[in-house]
Amino acid sequence: MNAELFLAPFLTGLGLAILLPLLGCYLRLRDEWLAALAYSHVAAAGALLALVGGLPPALGGIAAAGLAGAGKRLFARRLSGGASYALLLLGGWAVAVLLAANQPMAERLGHALFDGQLYFAGDAALWQVALGVPLALLLLRAMSRHLLLAHTYPDFFRIRGLRSWPTQTGFDLLAALVLALATMSLGVMGAFALVFVPTWLAFRRAARWRAGLLGALGIGVLAYVVAFGLALWLDQPFGPVLAGLLVLVGLLVA
Amino acid sequence: MTARGLVAGWEQPATPPLDLALRTGEIVGLTGPNGVGKSTLLAAFAGRARVFAGQLEKRPNLQIALRTQDVPPVAGLPLSGRDLLALTGAGPVGLPAWLADRLDERLDRLSGGQRHYLTLWAVLQAPAELVLLDEPTNNLDAAGVRHLTAHLHERAGEGAGIIVVSHDAAFVAAACDRVVVLESADER
Repeated sequence: MNAELFLAPFLTGLGLAILLPLLGCYLRLRDEWLAALAYSHVAAAGALLALVGGLPPALGGIAAAGLAGAGKRLFARRLSGGASYALLLLGGWAVAVLLAANQPMAERLGHALFDGQLYFAGDAALWQVALGVPLALLLLRAMSRHLLLAHTYPDFFRIRGLRSWPTQTGFDLLAALVLALATMSLGVMGAFALVFVPTWLAFRRAARWRAGLLGALGIGVLAYVVAFGLALWLDQPFGPVLAGLLVLVGLLVA
Repeated sequence: MTARGLVAGWEQPATPPLDLALRTGEIVGLTGPNGVGKSTLLAAFAGRARVFAGQLEKRPNLQIALRTQDVPPVAGLPLSGRDLLALTGAGPVGLPAWLADRLDERLDRLSGGQRHYLTLWAVLQAPAELVLLDEPTNNLDAAGVRHLTAHLHERAGEGAGIIVVSHDAAFVAAACDRVVVLESADER
């Protein structure tokens, strides 16, 4: 087995395995974990649309998810109670499946996006992650206190004159872009599994917020490393192996 | 802060006219029947509700802390009391012993009364010159009410003006320097 061949995919996934559980903590704080599935599906649809239109799929995926994240607030009044995420999920899925069913090129990429074929990640994906992950981690750290304060004391947050757009639209946009980036490499369900399960497990036991973040990070990275080796050894697509492993860990630990 | 003939509301006027002058270090109680608009007036003081008539004057750059009746949604979250105090900038000094020992526990594993007092404390002790509290004795036992009463005087002594909305007549009488009773339109 050529180790160099798998270095770029491994590092690409590792960067995302560090970022996604931490993003999941803030999505769960806001009770918006469904956003992970919604943005992933929109990103998949955007990537397929770009492919059909002769544009780079990654660009299409990131642009579609970014538009969904930034535009969600425009419909916030009409789409309360999490309806926006359900509609984005359904819309993204419908567009992606229809494109895959009618365009042979889109069918192949569609399978890769939904299966999660991390091993095909190349240097371009690694560069996107190498630049995007540290930036996203810095932004999350900068937003953290305001996200927590806006959730626990929304009135206190407002009357202190703290600007709401970085914590509302800014976070939506960040989540959408991160999930688009992750979907391109880990696949729709692989990305969702890393957002949802580590946070869910860590939040059950942690006593403090920081312990919750570290717990989610540890579970996410450990599960990723084991799943990467397991999928290679069994010669299986990465996404389902990661999701299956996390489900198993979740059932055993919870 | 001074209110002259202040009438506040959300979509439409919802309170009787209020005249009130609050000085630094003073604790004023607002009481009256349910639905008279006590919480709406508190929201107007905080700049949240709309002023329909009269005047509301506040010192420029006045730092305000507001505790509404809404309970912070902390169920299922790994947030400790210490995390919460850090968010608002409140300190733990002065907390009753029955809470000081539990600051590192998750908020959703405290009793309802303990959680209520801690979430109230996080606002009461936040850096502020005007503290607005809506029904602070809800869910508190007698020991909690006694501690809150004593601590409000300490907080006012540190230079904060405090307005308390409460239906608890005994608490208002013990804690407040002055009480303003709001009357509904039927009673006027």
